[in-house]
Amino acid sequence: MSRTAPGPLSGAAAIAGIGATEFSKNSGRSELQLACEAVLAAVADAGLKPSDVDGLVTFTAETNSEIHVARNTGIGELKFFSRIGYGGGAACGTIQQAAMAVATGVADVVVCYRAFNERSGERYGLGQADRAMDTTADRAAYSWMTPFGLSTPAQWVAMFARRYMHEYGATSEDFGRVAVVDRKHAAVNPAAWFYGRPIDLAEHQASRWIAEPLHLLDCCQETDGGQAIVVVSAERARDLPHAPAVIRAAAQGSGKDQHMMTSYYRPQISGIPEMGLVGRQLYAQSGLSPDDVDAAILYDHFTPLVLPQLEELGFCARGEAKDFVADGNLEVGGRLPCNTHGGQLGEAYLHGMNGVAEAVRLVRGTSVNQPEGVDNVIVTAGTGVPTSGLVLGADR
Amino acid sequence: MSESYEERLRSFVGRELVPAKPGQDPVNRPMIRHWVEAMEDGNPIYLDDEAARATGRAGVVAPASMIQAWTMRGYAATMTPTDAGGFGELVSLLAEGGYTSVVATDSELEFHRELVPGDHVSMREVVESISPEKNTGLGAGRFVTTLKTYRDQDGEIVATQRWRTLRFRPATKPAEGAAPEPGEAEQARALRPRPAINRDNAFWFEAALEHRLVIQRCVSCKALRHPTGPCCPECNSFDWDTVEASGRGHVHSFVVNHHPRHPAFDFPLIVAVVELAEGTRLITNLVGVTPEEVEIDMPVTLDWVDADPGLSLPVFRPVAQEDH
Repeated sequence: MSRTAPGPLSGAAAIAGIGATEFSKNSGRSELQLACEAVLAAVADAGLKPSDVDGLVTFTAETNSEIHVARNTGIGELKFFSRIGYGGGAACGTIQQAAMAVATGVADVVVCYRAFNERSGERYGLGQADRAMDTTADRAAYSWMTPFGLSTPAQWVAMFARRYMHEYGATSEDFGRVAVVDRKHAAVNPAAWFYGRPIDLAEHQASRWIAEPLHLLDCCQETDGGQAIVVVSAERARDLPHAPAVIRAAAQGSGKDQHMMTSYYRPQISGIPEMGLVGRQLYAQSGLSPDDVDAAILYDHFTPLVLPQLEELGFCARGEAKDFVADGNLEVGGRLPCNTHGGQLGEAYLHGMNGVAEAVRLVRGTSVNQPEGVDNVIVTAGTGVPTSGLVLGADR
Repeated sequence: MSESYEERLRSFVGRELVPAKPGQDPVNRPMIRHWVEAMEDGNPIYLDDEAARATGRAGVVAPASMIQAWTMRGYAATMTPTDAGGFGELVSLLAEGGYTSVVATDSELEFHRELVPGDHVSMREVVESISPEKNTGLGAGRFVTTLKTYRDQDGEIVATQRWRTLRFRPATKPAEGAAPEPGEAEQARALRPRPAINRDNAFWFEAALEHRLVIQRCVSCKALRHPTGPCCPECNSFDWDTVEASGRGHVHSFVVNHHPRHPAFDFPLIVAVVELAEGTRLITNLVGVTPEEVEIDMPVTLDWVDADPGLSLPVFRPVAQEDH
């Protein structure tokens, strides 16, 4: 992949602050409180005051509206508020919205946030089978699945995973290696749910079936918590306490014949074309190539879809991700240290937003699993859905 | 359901269902012995004073989870209930709403102290909440949550129990005459999740009720498409008709579901993406085959499941050896 000149968005904005609640299975407080705690922590981390904030971005899936967060945290007037759809696919898209708003002068300080009681409240993992019914196009799309008993994210992903195994000879162990490296990283991260609890491949293989070919340990956690990210112009970020995590690129992507988690009708279902679309934009915007990327935060709600992400983003050829992973490339000392916080399998399932925060720490040099010499980090959002991605870079 | 019915239900919140009444017998060794024998609980602190003293207790104690047993009304009162009381009134009101079936869903116990022989326990039960109607795997129903407070002879609380039951309208049974799977006894079970029917997909599910697997076709460019939709992605025509599928296809991918277990299905459950001979794919179930036997590219042929009177679905079974 050849280098090109960076696009106009590249380098215009930076992440200046990150903040989160603890990650738990039962927060014991409202989702709005989690959102407020995360937003205030991020604003404080940026060395700013709530009254400096003039923009908020979140997910359409978020239950805490911008006005409630603003009113409760003392954020005053909002000049910019925007939401991104498609579940975890929104994670990096929120940062893109904020970066574009800051780059165009529409807003000065934009906070992106996501907070939920996903474990103690409404659990996504229980599936769509008995959700309340309406007849919108989104809801009617479930008509092709739930009457047949295909109703949970694990089941939807398992269908892709089986086909990927068939086409490329990947095995359950190949998926398991992703879980093992995530849990290895989580084991030394005090913020991670699985702090101090690494697993080995045998434990992965012995864990019970959820939806074959997915074992329990192929599936991410369900989490209560909140995470927020502060985006300002790169220029302003240089005057704030932390080294800026410059937004080198930010992109969204929805593929041809895109469905929610069930794009089974494309000629090939062993790739993630929408992630390929995101990757091509990230490299074009930033002027970087895969060789320039030093670490990755790859969305890992389920291990199997980490493999085709490596292929779509150009880190290895199609079908070769299993070897790329088995060769230790995702380890801290490897070619592409991956999910150094422990990922959503190991740290927390925060719809990808905790991964954005980890990418900021990698650029700052403050990850608990900090590799040497990290200049550029790629971050991805939810797979199987319209998605998004970022390249964050050090300011040098 | 009228508003007044809701109000009548709501008026039960906070009401006493069962007044405090001492159990028929005080805590005693014979009942403890019967209980631990039945439960196969070999812990000696329930029957052997010496063993109990060795743990720092004054003597034997009753198993904590026996708490309900001390205040059960007994055989005679169960067979011929005399006093309807608040409990009877609530049951009648729920029956009026059609909620004639019951299943216990939760029991959260909190123990304050261990009971010893001679203690005399009473229990009072109060309604905490009655939920709005919920759709559950068993049928539409309401969760009734009560708090049972257990006290000793001195009026001190020894245990509390938050008790939740689902009072529900039993789901419709499968129609008489619907052909069951060979060897699969027809039985009352939860309905499969309902498809959300709208103007863009109703024709497909209506055809399925007649055991016809149809594929949507663009009238203009003749392209086939599935899942159904109002507009042709190839030529943007909104005119469409359908063709009937041959019923032949092959497995493109498949999943074997284990968890969570929806009550409408048998597990492990095979869900597959089948590519039809016509070229479109659909999500479906595989029948007449075990999970171990399924392979990608396996040829399959159409069959039907009449899940309930309102829902028939195309499923696929392996093509018999002699057919290929």
